[in-house]
Amino acid sequence: MVDFAGWEMPLHYPTGINEEHLEVRQGTGLFDVSHMTQFQVDGPQALQFLRYALLNDAQKLRVGRAHYSMLANGEGGLVDDIYVYRTAQESYLLVGNAANREAVKATLGEIADRFDCTVELREDRALLALQGPGAALLLERVAQAELSGLKKNRLTDMTIAGAPVLASRTGYTGEDGFELFLPARNATEVWSTLTGAGAKPCGLGCRDTLRLEAGYPLFGADLDGTTDPLCTPYAWLVKEKESYGIESLGGECSRRLVGIKLNRRGIARNGYRIRKGEEQVGWITSGTISPVTREGIAMGWVDAQYSEVDEQLGIEIRGEVFPATVVQMPFLEELKK
Amino acid sequence: MNTPDDRQYRNTHEWVLEQDGTVLVGITDFAQDQLGDVVFVELPQVGRAVQEGDTVAVVESVKTASDIYAPVSGTISAVNDDLDAKPELINEDPYDRGWLFRIEPDGDLPQLLTAQAYNEVAEEEG
Repeated sequence: MVDFAGWEMPLHYPTGINEEHLEVRQGTGLFDVSHMTQFQVDGPQALQFLRYALLNDAQKLRVGRAHYSMLANGEGGLVDDIYVYRTAQESYLLVGNAANREAVKATLGEIADRFDCTVELREDRALLALQGPGAALLLERVAQAELSGLKKNRLTDMTIAGAPVLASRTGYTGEDGFELFLPARNATEVWSTLTGAGAKPCGLGCRDTLRLEAGYPLFGADLDGTTDPLCTPYAWLVKEKESYGIESLGGECSRRLVGIKLNRRGIARNGYRIRKGEEQVGWITSGTISPVTREGIAMGWVDAQYSEVDEQLGIEIRGEVFPATVVQMPFLEELKK
Repeated sequence: MNTPDDRQYRNTHEWVLEQDGTVLVGITDFAQDQLGDVVFVELPQVGRAVQEGDTVAVVESVKTASDIYAPVSGTISAVNDDLDAKPELINEDPYDRGWLFRIEPDGDLPQLLTAQAYNEVAEEEG
């Protein structure tokens, strides 16, 4: 067990990170991600508020759909990355990182004062993530739901073990899967029902290796208060419109966030130096050995001139330079669309 | 915590087993448990000359990288190639199939810890 932003969470269950990781790639894994912060936004101007507050454009989000977004800090960087779910005409659910809870609450609260809507921290709900190629079949069986028509980034209501569940076809693993929002008091029973039906309990450790293979960023490692999202692979979500902090994002990009594959097996960890010849040209933000390909994979910030795909770089690992290549993410071919 | 008394230990959590004039080295059950899932092991080149206390291998888990030191001066005579594909052998079987490398020592073994003395070291750290 580890402390994670004040939550006591399992890094892994008894079988270990590698097995949990492979289960999510091949079968069905279940994560308790109730530490994620949930905000509910309600009111006649909920949409106008979100359009202004966040960098993606909620205008395009119909009821029952979800998308990835970010909250800028007005100082050229980010407060958090946030997933937005439209649950009703004038209601949205926002999910952000546990560690940024107070900062997001303060920033959203301040912006919301100017709109006819409320922003409420929801602490009465749990969030489970059922992930993997077997997730849909398992959920259909357990919830007696028909899910073949539910596309990625769409929501539906269902009942699991008597509990009302809002299911969203989303996740942080790169696999097909569902995030399940439910009343906290039902969490234990729903968890037991899903694991009883064959879902393997998965911890924070494989959540990190899975998201990295899929090329998803982790706030606090790859993204932070100084990150210009326009200089990351997630620049697509920043839509041209009037929104909080957007004018402070330069988009000039002297450095860029890239995917890096080590040419020789090793682990490039957070903070390790990236070199071009003798010169330091960046630093690693996340790294691991891919449990699937057994190659060293990483993300890092690199001087823009060395950030093109196929650029050959070196990573300093314990005083030795490991050759590495800038690559397109996701790292796994089978996750590329 | 499993600490077999057929071998000796360093306070840096390596075990050392003398076998036919060579020395087999691995990490202890306590060490693998502290590290968590081992995902990668960097082993030395066979033939490399090492001094007692040199860093000769690195065991990487999801959490951290841990240096492994030579318990005696000598020459690396073998490494456990199975760890390349199955680093988890260190977690599953640290005293046997999870061995790291073998040293042909230049001379006698230095003073090392008994199983009991090592347990006391581990208990203090654990």
